[in-house]
Amino acid sequence: MKSADTLNAPRSSGPIASWTVRHVSTAIGALGRLARQPFASLMTILVIAVTLALPSALHLLIKNTQSISASWDNALDFSVYLNGDTSIDAARRLADIIRQRADVEEVTLISADEALEEFRDQSGFGEALDHLTVNPLPHTLVVRPGSASTEASLNLLHEELGNLPEADFVQVDTEWVRRFHAILDILQRSIAIGAALLGAAIFVIIGNTIRLDIQNRREEIEVTKLIGASNAFVRRPFLYSGLWYGLGGGLLALALVRYGLYALEAPVTRLAGLYNSPFSVLALDFGESMLIIGAGVTLGLSGSWVAAARHMRRIEPR
Amino acid sequence: MIALIQFENVTKRFPGGHDALRGLSLVVEKGEMVFVTGHSGAGKTTLLRLIALIERPTSGQVIVDGQNTSRVSRRKIPAYRRQIGMVFQDHKLLYDRPVFDNVALPLIIAGLSHRDAARKVRAALDQVSLLNKEKQFPETLSSGEQQRVGIARAIVSRPKLLIADEPTGNLDPDLSLEVMRIFRRFNEIGVTLLIASHDIALIDQLGCRRIPLANGMLHYEEEEDVVAEYAERLESERGRTG
Repeated sequence: MKSADTLNAPRSSGPIASWTVRHVSTAIGALGRLARQPFASLMTILVIAVTLALPSALHLLIKNTQSISASWDNALDFSVYLNGDTSIDAARRLADIIRQRADVEEVTLISADEALEEFRDQSGFGEALDHLTVNPLPHTLVVRPGSASTEASLNLLHEELGNLPEADFVQVDTEWVRRFHAILDILQRSIAIGAALLGAAIFVIIGNTIRLDIQNRREEIEVTKLIGASNAFVRRPFLYSGLWYGLGGGLLALALVRYGLYALEAPVTRLAGLYNSPFSVLALDFGESMLIIGAGVTLGLSGSWVAAARHMRRIEPR
Repeated sequence: MIALIQFENVTKRFPGGHDALRGLSLVVEKGEMVFVTGHSGAGKTTLLRLIALIERPTSGQVIVDGQNTSRVSRRKIPAYRRQIGMVFQDHKLLYDRPVFDNVALPLIIAGLSHRDAARKVRAALDQVSLLNKEKQFPETLSSGEQQRVGIARAIVSRPKLLIADEPTGNLDPDLSLEVMRIFRRFNEIGVTLLIASHDIALIDQLGCRRIPLANGMLHYEEEEDVVAEYAERLESERGRTG
């Protein structure tokens, strides 16, 4: 017993060690204070968690939609329907010419016969088509732009394909994919704005909680100041309360999002299965999770700091 | 002797024009145990509050341990207060934590770890005979015991100076005498004490110097007689020469 005491208790601890001890004990003390009012503390943490989880969940929704639609990008092909009187040889020559363009990756020729065959297989009008004497379908060139294409180069390609004398009609099958991406961009930005506003709300919620806490402990603050506590000393436990609120809110937000994903995973996988898609739900990655927790902690600390700075200075011993 | 507390022509005027102290000058020497006496409203509490820098004088100087308090900036007040032990009539304990934590508070504020503080806390509690109550909460203690916890907290960081505002105000005579005996013991080991009290009987029993206040000024009844006598003599001498 005695030897253990002398071993474990250095005569004087260094300034860094005592600083650490002081902060750790204040942090634990603040946590204990929250634990002594579990209902009120949980309510505050829950509000923060929901406020953080909302933009996080919307972000995930956008992220997953983007991952689905990213595969659609490759399908940004032009279908060039040639005039009915263009021969198959002329079509082949034209395909070769287009293939030489720098902004074109690949040109596939679908002859009128192939097109009819495919239509017969897929449409179910097989028997009716047999009665046709002439193939009404034109030859088609499927032009895939190069991967380095920009909005402007795509427009130019579109226009030049349309100006070919053999071309009857150029269709961009996937025009809507680009519109869809534009809409996603807008949504993403809206979520960012919403997240900023909700962040401000968390700041206010924590600030207000800490303000009430300070008011409730006014007498204690006065007494500690009276016996020589500095503003920093009096402020410290409140900063740690704010930190715990923010950290708790961030962790609970992650749990909420994770649980929401878990609940959605089975039906999404079933739906993907129906489309023969290997799609699986993307969760928050490590960086995003850290960002959510970091946001909670930062807002908790800054909210309590502002509240403490504003209200603490006015409390002086009387 | 060296002065530990020195008031030089100190006036404290409160908003509204009430003068709590009027041109007060006094000296408390190192190692003294002095009582500030007077009716309520005589300025006792204001005098102590000026020493603790809870108030600032309107004019004049308060010098404590060679330090002119008017030069102690707002930011330096906490460090200044840590040099002084303070005892209050209403104890001013923190009721949400046990006796040990209350007494340890000044040490924790000063940056000591809980473990380093423990030895000093127990020594302080021993001096007020409350060693066996360290785990209890203040509310479970009697008023006299609570006051002794307050005293232990005031002396735990071994201040040179201890000021007490009506420390026996809420206690019956037996408990009051006990508290005064504790103060006496501190005085014997070199602590300077300045105690505001209106309990004249108790003070006379202890035989300490008194600083009597009335209307914010020193009020020595005996001295008044001396001054009157001196004035009279001056007057008669002037009559002889003139």
